[in-house]
Amino acid sequence: MPYSILVVEDEPNIIDSLSFLMRREGHDVRVAQDGDAALKAVAAARPDLVILDVMLPERDGFEVCRLIRANDQWQGIKIILLTAKGRDSDREKGMAVGANDYITKPFSTREIVARVRELLEGT
Amino acid sequence: MLNSWFIVITAFAYLCLLFAIAYYVDKKADMGRSLIANPYIYALSIAVYCTSWTFYGSVGRAASGGIAFLPIYLGPTLVFVLWWFLLRKIIRISKAHRITSIADFISSRYGKSTTLSVLVTVIAVIGIIPYISLQLQAVSNSFYVLLEYPELTRPPPVSERLSLVGDMAFLVALILAAFAILFGTRHIDASEHHEGMVAAVAFESVIKLLAFLAVGIFVTYGLYDGFGDLFGQAAAVPAVAALFTLGDTSSYAQWVTMTILSMAAIVCLPRQFQVTVVENVDETHLDKAAWLFPLYLLIINIFVLPIAIGGRLVFADGSVDADTFVLTLPMAEKQEFLALFAFLGGLSAATGMVIVAAIALSTMICNDLVMPALLRLQWLRLTEKGDLTGLLISIRRVAIVVILLLGYAYFRFIGQNEALVTTGLVSFAAAAQFAPAIIGGILWKRASRRGALVGLSLGFMVWGYTLLLPFFAQPGWLPPEFITHGPFGIALLRPFELFGLTGLDSLSHALFWSMLANIGGYIICSLWSRQSPIERIQAVLFVDVFSRSGQASGSQFWRGSATVSDLHALVVRFVGPGRANRAFAEYARVQGVDLSKVHEADADLVSLTERLLAGAIGAASARVMVATVAKGEVVGLEEMMEILEETSQVIEYSHGLEQKSRELEATTAELRQANERLKELDRLKDDFLSTVSHELRTPLTSIRSFSEILFDNPQLDEEERSRFLRVIVKESERLTRLINQLLDLAKLETGNVDWHMEDFNPRGALEDAVAVAGGLFAADMVDLKVDLDGDLGRIHADRDRLIQVVVNLLSNAAKFSPRPNGVVELKAEGRPDGLRVSVSDNGPGIAPQDQQLIFERFQQANVSLTSKPIGTGLGLTISRQIIEHFGGDIGVNSAPGAGACFYFHVPTLAAAEGMSLSPAPLGASAQSAE
Repeated sequence: MPYSILVVEDEPNIIDSLSFLMRREGHDVRVAQDGDAALKAVAAARPDLVILDVMLPERDGFEVCRLIRANDQWQGIKIILLTAKGRDSDREKGMAVGANDYITKPFSTREIVARVRELLEGT
Repeated sequence: MLNSWFIVITAFAYLCLLFAIAYYVDKKADMGRSLIANPYIYALSIAVYCTSWTFYGSVGRAASGGIAFLPIYLGPTLVFVLWWFLLRKIIRISKAHRITSIADFISSRYGKSTTLSVLVTVIAVIGIIPYISLQLQAVSNSFYVLLEYPELTRPPPVSERLSLVGDMAFLVALILAAFAILFGTRHIDASEHHEGMVAAVAFESVIKLLAFLAVGIFVTYGLYDGFGDLFGQAAAVPAVAALFTLGDTSSYAQWVTMTILSMAAIVCLPRQFQVTVVENVDETHLDKAAWLFPLYLLIINIFVLPIAIGGRLVFADGSVDADTFVLTLPMAEKQEFLALFAFLGGLSAATGMVIVAAIALSTMICNDLVMPALLRLQWLRLTEKGDLTGLLISIRRVAIVVILLLGYAYFRFIGQNEALVTTGLVSFAAAAQFAPAIIGGILWKRASRRGALVGLSLGFMVWGYTLLLPFFAQPGWLPPEFITHGPFGIALLRPFELFGLTGLDSLSHALFWSMLANIGGYIICSLWSRQSPIERIQAVLFVDVFSRSGQASGSQFWRGSATVSDLHALVVRFVGPGRANRAFAEYARVQGVDLSKVHEADADLVSLTERLLAGAIGAASARVMVATVAKGEVVGLEEMMEILEETSQVIEYSHGLEQKSRELEATTAELRQANERLKELDRLKDDFLSTVSHELRTPLTSIRSFSEILFDNPQLDEEERSRFLRVIVKESERLTRLINQLLDLAKLETGNVDWHMEDFNPRGALEDAVAVAGGLFAADMVDLKVDLDGDLGRIHADRDRLIQVVVNLLSNAAKFSPRPNGVVELKAEGRPDGLRVSVSDNGPGIAPQDQQLIFERFQQANVSLTSKPIGTGLGLTISRQIIEHFGGDIGVNSAPGAGACFYFHVPTLAAAEGMSLSPAPLGASAQSAE
């Protein structure tokens, strides 16, 4: 069944590739290029899953994640954090703010597709 | 003419008034109310310095020598105004140690030496006797003048006086002795103040001042029409006019001599030490006295010259002794009551000196001469006898009588033919011998007992030989050849020309030799001798009195044991039961102990006992007495000294430890700082790696994603395939560029760059840069304007690196220029301070807070939320490194919305030459950047 997926990323090429992958899976894809836009998009239409880059202009991914988790209406939204920083501390921080998964760039396309599938269908 | 009985009765009544004052003040003091505890009385009592020498003698001196009388007052003024801190130190020390006299002071300083106190006492007595005789001479002379004028204008020879009204001087001596006994020997604790005596002396100071002023005013305004008239008339008489000049050159030596002598005298004369130091009730009184006393001296000296000149003019035939002008001038004008007043003034001046000197000397004779001797005579068994207060008082009374009789004898047989001033100066010279030991003693710790002994002995001997002995030639006790040819005909030993020293007056001559011997012996022997432990202790306590105010006496180091009852009994014997009980009760109260229950006395009580005894019998004797009751090691001074030295070593050691600990703290702080810095660097490095990682991963992510997509999706249409492939290529290029720039920056920062520095004209390089970047502008439809006109000069730089910088700036400008209508301008100018190249665009501009930041690594200005500029974020950082290597600087002028103008300076060769002459702002930080 098709899910609604929000890709939050500021690098156009990565948006391109993620959109391609998610659409190929049959999902609806929307895009936001910074933290504020991401929150607006979530408020406008509740997505099932958010692929959230950490390094964003304005609000970073951690904060967007925390704000989504802070809102009762948005419980159940799956969040995958995407980061180019490979530090363990970032991974821990990501889990602490309530992300469901954490993927390091450069990612394997098969792996990210598998993780998304797992999260959406595991529920 | 005044009736002789009237004069005698007046004089006697005046003395009775003095005594009444003294008695009243003493009674008040006994009731606990001090009437003299103020700086004015203190200053007036110090004015006991002005004796009949001042009252009669100054006029006599001025009548023959003009202002030569002045240095005697200059010295004390200098000491009080400039050297009051020395006086303060002496006072502080004396209070702390219960010093009773100048002999006690010197002896205490040099290890409580009995020998020294005896020597000082002997010098003081011998030295002061002429001074006392001078007072007796003045009083009796003034009496005769008052009585016999005008029939008798000079005092008669002594042999004739006995037939007149008995020898007046003898009578005066006896009366003054009685007076001194009444004032000075009521208490036995000499360090307690003779308040009555001080009050009487202060009163006398007022009387003598008023009397002298009265005569002065009478002469100046009564006989003449003011100062102008008086000096005018004097100038008309050549012999008198000569008084206004300083005299011949030899008088300069005399001036210096007299000034030095009187400086020493104001500190060292026993009576001055008595009123200034011993009788001082409050150290702060000195502050006011420091100008009040000099003021007194100034006032009393105003009329000296007018009276002297008046006398010279009135008694132009020289028939009248100038020392008597103060009396004879009023007498000549039939102002008999003024003369009587002047007589009382002179009497005041004389009696004040005699009383104080007699008390001071008798204390010294008793404490420092007789008692030590008696205590040493075993067969007297004095150390075992009961109450000794009576004995002490008797000794002092006898001493007073003896002193005055000696003074009379000196006057009678030796001094009567001399002018007052001459006799006085002999005494001054004797007192001056104490100065090295006193001044050295409070300033120089190394000064030793041996040094003081040798210095004082030598100085005293030379004084006796060059000043005192010649006086004995006059009554015929020594042959006159002694003076003219030297003893046994040895010319080198002539007392007035010792070792062939000529050209000085006898006083300067004596002062020179005696001080040379005194100071020389003092210093050399001090340096050569080793101080005993107690000397070292006392030296420290004296010299460091201000820093060790808490430690009053060296006795606290006493470790002998004594019983309370023994100590109490000892004190009772010397100061009487009342005073002893009071002192012990006070001690018990302060210490909070019940002495009746304590058997063994502690060190403090032993110390108190010694100080109480010191007040009565002097420090040296007190030490001996306490030693008789303190069992065990009497003076374990060597041991104490060891303890003291050990303590000081421990203190030194702990100082060292403190020092080390401070150094350690400093080092720790430095380490902490360095650590903080390292942490900061580590954090920066971590951030940098994290950022690099991010910057590398981002293009890599695109490349990997699209590669995998292409691999996994062979069915993709051609257009999509080529789009994805284009992304892969572009991102690969970006990755390559990034890696190159990172390596470039790393090389620049570590200095591993092969610079190809050369001198060249930058125009060609700039044109090359435009050619390289030109494609960019053409592709992006941005207009590039180039202005390279004018003389750009020559620079010393790496040509390729310069092109790299300009291309970087141009490509940045192209990136940030608006589309369409983007305009970029490259401009180069040769300025006096060097080459200036600027690249300006009409893009969005840079916020002020970002203008410094953009030159840091990976700090790109945020242009907009949606379009992230393409670039590595390292270009400007690299450009800055390059330009700074060239000795230049790089910067940006911009405002948001108004475009940005990046510029850099590079010094031209001409400017660099000029720079070595005058530093220009350009490149000032160039060297530090590498």
